Amino acid sequence: MATLELRGIKKHFGSIHAVDGVDLTIAEGEFLAILGPSGCGKSTLMRMIAGLETPSAGEVLIGGQPVTHLPPRARNVSMVFQSYALYPHMVVADNIAFPLKARHVPRAEREAKVKWAAALLGIEPLLKRRPARLSGGEKQKVALARALVRNPTLFIFDEPLSSLDAQVRAMARSELRQLHDRSGITTVYVTHDQLEALGMGDRIAIMKNGRVRQVGTPQQLYDQPADTFVASFLGTPPMNLLERDGRIVGFRPEYLRPASASAAGADALRLKVRIIELEFLGAEWQVYGQLENGATGQKLLAKAQPAVAAGLRVGEQHEFAVAGAHLRYFDSATGLRIANGAH
Amino acid sequence: MARTEAAVRVGIGDREGLLGTLMLAPALVYIAALVGLPFCLAIALSLSSATIGNPGIHHFVGLANFASVLHESAFPLALRNSVIVTAATLIVTLVLATAESELLARDFRGKWFWQILIILPWAMPVSLAAVNWLWLLDSEFSPIDWILRQIHLLGPGTIWGPANHLYYYGREWLGLGSIVAINVWRLLPLATIIVLAGRTSIPRDIFEQAEVDGAGFFRVLFRITVPALLPILVVAAMFTALLVFGDMTVVAITTRGGPGYATQLLPYWAYLKGIEGGALSEGAAIALFMFPILLAVALLALRMVYRAESR
Repeated sequence: MATLELRGIKKHFGSIHAVDGVDLTIAEGEFLAILGPSGCGKSTLMRMIAGLETPSAGEVLIGGQPVTHLPPRARNVSMVFQSYALYPHMVVADNIAFPLKARHVPRAEREAKVKWAAALLGIEPLLKRRPARLSGGEKQKVALARALVRNPTLFIFDEPLSSLDAQVRAMARSELRQLHDRSGITTVYVTHDQLEALGMGDRIAIMKNGRVRQVGTPQQLYDQPADTFVASFLGTPPMNLLERDGRIVGFRPEYLRPASASAAGADALRLKVRIIELEFLGAEWQVYGQLENGATGQKLLAKAQPAVAAGLRVGEQHEFAVAGAHLRYFDSATGLRIANGAH
Repeated sequence: MARTEAAVRVGIGDREGLLGTLMLAPALVYIAALVGLPFCLAIALSLSSATIGNPGIHHFVGLANFASVLHESAFPLALRNSVIVTAATLIVTLVLATAESELLARDFRGKWFWQILIILPWAMPVSLAAVNWLWLLDSEFSPIDWILRQIHLLGPGTIWGPANHLYYYGREWLGLGSIVAINVWRLLPLATIIVLAGRTSIPRDIFEQAEVDGAGFFRVLFRITVPALLPILVVAAMFTALLVFGDMTVVAITTRGGPGYATQLLPYWAYLKGIEGGALSEGAAIALFMFPILLAVALLALRMVYRAESR
């Protein structure tokens, strides 16, 4: 268990700046999710933490010790790859034992640890099987057992759930988080799936174009996005962003309500919206609208409870309102957030 | 609707059974004519008393040819040498091919140059290569001997002296060693390409995972790379073994089986006996001698590969 510190990390491949100056500090026992679209540099950053790539500039510190130029095996970092990277010619038990063998752990201790890890993940019946005979979920558990077996100082996960079925994935998410809580090992979790980042991370770092755009708890990122990228990247559907009085105003679809159904005060943003489409999502409806006043033609999204949606028809025009407390303002030139009310 | 149906013609391309037969036919005819027929002919010859002067195969003599070949003094030597040369070539080639594929699987400056260098022997005309090796290991003008003399390993008063030459083709073990060296040189490119294909098909994740798991270079090589390469190594071994075991050109241009029968190999001996010596039936018997063993080895190797892959 240890802290992880990244100082001014850069990685350039020729003229491509894959990672362009990242500073991050991860506390002991913390679960940090690194979230970003593909090509944002999150995988390269993760590979530098593991020691599979050497930074062009900057420092990596694990537990306060600089490890920037150490090979992976000198870092005691465990990693679970997206593909799980199980050794195909070894049975499950040998796969799990491999990191221990590489560290010359005595046989008796090795066997005990393999048993312990297998029991923890509930894969004892699979120990004699080869990876080719395992399902996706089983492979993931074997990869987790192999990562866990040697008490690493740091866990690195590279989209470990993306090759699982949707149903297995939700289950695996909570299992993974429980595993982290039980072991207390500092964890870096790389993903492009915001549900995983929001659901599992103590904090999330959002990356774009090789830079960290914002670091914070899931709630902070959702409620107080630092810029328009974070606002439009996080949330399904994302924040509505409108050009207003030389600024960009943003609000979450769940706060955009018909004026008749909301108790919006004087500071509320009032909008005339033509309903284009109503989509049934089960617990709620998604409303696709078009702005009628101001920036005409702009598309808007709203979420409506069934009782509210019952009063809406496609083609109708309604007045919608967003309470002032739910409005976020951004600079239209830089995209950075400006404090509420500042004009 | 009706018009579009009429426009679609159902031709021979839709009849998969017929199409398959037609497309396989050339290969089948080719194999039957150039492999099957000579093979049957060889069996018939080996069971007859045919000679160059009297090539009829109607006179059946049973296994007499095999028996008489077995009793010749050259036979144990040729068999031993064939096995030694094949095994030694196999081991050296596979070790070097694995090493080369490890090298070529990595990215480094000037890689293209090494790639060309490694493939070059394969692109070289056999006749040129033969002359090259004849001169390189010439009994009087060998540049290798010259280098050894310059660094005082060869010549009067040195450990390999007192002669000024090693006479590669004139001594039993140097002769066999030379044949192995030439075989390795000419077959290494093929083996390397086969092994490299296998090496690059192993996902990179696995090597990185092993690195993160704490394995050093040799642990990765012997616990990850080689086991993962095993099926493809068997394939490379089979190709190499069959090409070496059935080859007579290398021995024919170098030692010619001498001195005596000291470096004789089965295929060249079969050629000398059957074609040069005129004893067609005995030559055929020699050529057929290793067939069952080779077949068994090939089948065993293939089964091993399939079993390893299906597990």
